[in-house]
Amino acid sequence: MADTTPGTPAGLPHTTVSAPGGVGTSAARPDGVLKVRGAFAFGSDLWHEDMLWGTTLRSPHPRARILAIDITEAVALPGVHAVLTHEDIPGEKFYGLEITDQPVLAIDRVRYHGEPVAIVAADHPETARRAAARIAVEYEVMAPITDAAEAADTGANGHVHEPGEYKAREAGNVVHRQRVVAGLGVTDEVRALADVVVRHEYEVGMQDQAFLGPESGLAVPAEDGGVDLYVATQWMHADQRQMCPVLGLPPEKVRLTLAGVGGAFGGREDISMQVHACLLALHTGRPVKIVYSREESFFGHVHRHPARLAYEHGATRDGRLVYVGARISLDGGAYASTSAAVVGNAASLGVGPYVVPHVAVEAAAYYTNNPPCGAMRGFGAVQACFAYESQMDRLAAALGMDPVELRCRNALQEGSVLPTGQVVDAPAPVAELLRRVRDMPLPPPADADPRNFPGGVANATRGEGVVRGVGYAVGVKNVGFSEGFDDYSTARVRLEAVGGEPVAEVHTAAAEVGQGGVTVHEQIVRTELGVGRVTGRPADTGVGSAGSTSASRQTYVTGGAVKTACEAVRAAVFERGMRRYGWSADVVSGLVLTAGKVVARDGLVVAELADLLDGAAIEETRVFRHRPTRALDPATGQGFAHVQHTFCAHRAVVDVDTELGLVKVVELAAAQDAGLMVNPAAVLGQVHGGSAQGLGLAVMEEIVVADARVRNPSFTDYLIPTILDTPPMRVDVLECPDPHAPYGLRGVGEASALSATPAVVAAIRAATGLPLRRVPVRPEHLTGT
Amino acid sequence: MRVTFTVNGRRTEADDVWEGESLLYVLRERLGLPGSKNACEQGECGSCTVYLDGATVCACLVAAGQAQGRDVRTVEGLAAGERLAPVQQAFLDAGAVQCGFCTPGLLVQAHALLAATPRPSDADIREALSGNLCRCTGYEKIMDAVRLAAGRRAGAETDPAGAEGAS
Repeated sequence: MADTTPGTPAGLPHTTVSAPGGVGTSAARPDGVLKVRGAFAFGSDLWHEDMLWGTTLRSPHPRARILAIDITEAVALPGVHAVLTHEDIPGEKFYGLEITDQPVLAIDRVRYHGEPVAIVAADHPETARRAAARIAVEYEVMAPITDAAEAADTGANGHVHEPGEYKAREAGNVVHRQRVVAGLGVTDEVRALADVVVRHEYEVGMQDQAFLGPESGLAVPAEDGGVDLYVATQWMHADQRQMCPVLGLPPEKVRLTLAGVGGAFGGREDISMQVHACLLALHTGRPVKIVYSREESFFGHVHRHPARLAYEHGATRDGRLVYVGARISLDGGAYASTSAAVVGNAASLGVGPYVVPHVAVEAAAYYTNNPPCGAMRGFGAVQACFAYESQMDRLAAALGMDPVELRCRNALQEGSVLPTGQVVDAPAPVAELLRRVRDMPLPPPADADPRNFPGGVANATRGEGVVRGVGYAVGVKNVGFSEGFDDYSTARVRLEAVGGEPVAEVHTAAAEVGQGGVTVHEQIVRTELGVGRVTGRPADTGVGSAGSTSASRQTYVTGGAVKTACEAVRAAVFERGMRRYGWSADVVSGLVLTAGKVVARDGLVVAELADLLDGAAIEETRVFRHRPTRALDPATGQGFAHVQHTFCAHRAVVDVDTELGLVKVVELAAAQDAGLMVNPAAVLGQVHGGSAQGLGLAVMEEIVVADARVRNPSFTDYLIPTILDTPPMRVDVLECPDPHAPYGLRGVGEASALSATPAVVAAIRAATGLPLRRVPVRPEHLTGT
Repeated sequence: MRVTFTVNGRRTEADDVWEGESLLYVLRERLGLPGSKNACEQGECGSCTVYLDGATVCACLVAAGQAQGRDVRTVEGLAAGERLAPVQQAFLDAGAVQCGFCTPGLLVQAHALLAATPRPSDADIREALSGNLCRCTGYEKIMDAVRLAAGRRAGAETDPAGAEGAS
């Protein structure tokens, strides 16, 4: 059972009042009824008269030269309307979110298994697939570069990208490298200050976002020579920015509207089918819909970076951290995507939510011929968290100390200095979160219902060989885009009277991917303008960029933009009152908008909002920026890199069948600080979902890549937690307001995805005594087979 | 080929169906009923769960021709006009809907569970819904929703659309 514990309420600005369905309430999703009726239009549900189906031919090889492509047979198939290769691209042939290194369609080589080579449009999806199978591509197969460390070395096997070919930041196969050095770093002199040292290496497998709604959209050619794209994405303006040069069209002719998005978790931050559908639509002059199959989805988006992490922790006998040294090696795959930013996170958050006097962390991402990796919930912090939290348990064991006590003793708090030199200038209740999960009651011992045994009824155990363990972990994640990125959002708010009642409309380009942004924006308008009837306009590129729905940033940044736009609308309302009724500035400073009325602080109604609006709408568009961050110094990693930090702690209880190597997570309890819960139900939903994904990484989720080939691109073989794998979750939410954030809120989406993984593994270690240095933990790791 | 069957109580024909098409494809692309979702199309995720002659199946695994002469009920057929089925209302009230892509399949499966087992235990719910993947919610609120729907049923509410497949 979930329960919430209200903490300190955030101080609201004086001009806002609590409103029904406003900030702080579990307001209902505006899209909820459509979703339960099956009437909500996801990207894959779109339909247009006369529409064609697009499909993609992908490389069967991870590394090969393309000698020839022959489309003759494919074009000849009845029902086929277009077969396009790189030669048919009117504009630039490369794109990329941060580094323009990825071909829209392969040109003279392929660099990963599943890379798009050609695209087809046909009148039936099966016709399109059959045509794609008839495209003859002649490859000269090359040995793939499969190992990040090897790739880093000398490029003995060549380079994934030829040196100087793209704007790589370092020579060779390095996408990006970042060091963070604090205090004296890690030297022999520093090591001598520690009584206890633990050194271990850890490994994190390649996790996938595995959102349920496949990549999908519909491109409709327009009469002006442009194209309208209805698409499931995380950031329409970033798509548009990358698409325009490829299509050779100005932004006003490449218009995007958000279609229903069936989950994202980072996997839709890079372009997938967007530009392919538009190319086919512009070429055929007909609407083209592309919907990836599950297999294609696994090839069509970036994954979480697999990582190797070598950590060394030194502490005094009384459990004070002296130093942390770490080398984090991330496999970026064939193209850069957001690898550089992932490296920045892994490096800057690499020691976790702890105060450490001496630090030397180095993180780097490398090009290989493995699948490209980029954004996924937790973004570089997940991999580091598994390693540093495993280390904290090792250290606690070496010191003979309780692992929660050790963590609390070193916990970050407000005023602490991070290894980057950044001072934590907001609450950081790390120790409090740990104590809260520790103090929750433990679940009862296993009962005799065989459905509750590890592996369920299908397996042979009746409880023999089943042992229970408990583990803890805590993590830190940044909120928003960091390191000097201009992280802004735009919102347009319109207020008018309809039928004598004030109504408001909010318009942003923020992608609703399931997290509930659409709900939150309406809540903010209700609170700020005191209007009950609020509608959200569909998100599109007809309003300025909202940035990405990622990095736990949308409630903060787009929420901030909606709030700022509302403040401008409110100021315009008061201005009308000053003109019409002669209100003085003094009077205005004491007015609030509530329940459709302008009310003085003593509760006296000064005017009806509808009268004041009197047929003339007020519309304001505002851009919101959080305070600026700075790039990390390349040599030392010093700098104010992150605008806000967010924390979550977990306790996991597991039963392990040591004979069969099966794990049952019995309970996963979490405590997280939300600053202020703008929508408590949505906050809980985020913590539950993030925890389940962390559990997945701990015990089952991995894209298996062998010789750079993906072996399990299906839900048969890539396992995500089912309702049987996911235990009851007790969640405790703190509200310690961040004085720098709108309403004091703190981004919540990602933190829970960090600490669930090490907590589950710690519990398995506690149950079995096995070292377990790699996730996901597989049965063979538990049985030694 | 032509497939004639009953969908949500209405006799329906689909023309020019290619033999390889699934019931899911026919529902979504030929009949304009996209409520059943296409998340894996190999029977692993449960997003396309529908009733076929009163039993729940993954529509992606049913060849369109197999539906000939039979009775299909989709998520679009759970509500009675404007009135949501209790399980739909419970999903809304419990906050069990996030991205919503798994929701239609879960609703049909939960609807079938409650018809067969009006007071399911937590273990019953987990077992019944174990073929339906959800990536957003962590299932906690889905559990809450099914418990809520069951509790409301126990409070003498009846499903206006009927628990079994409409015909």
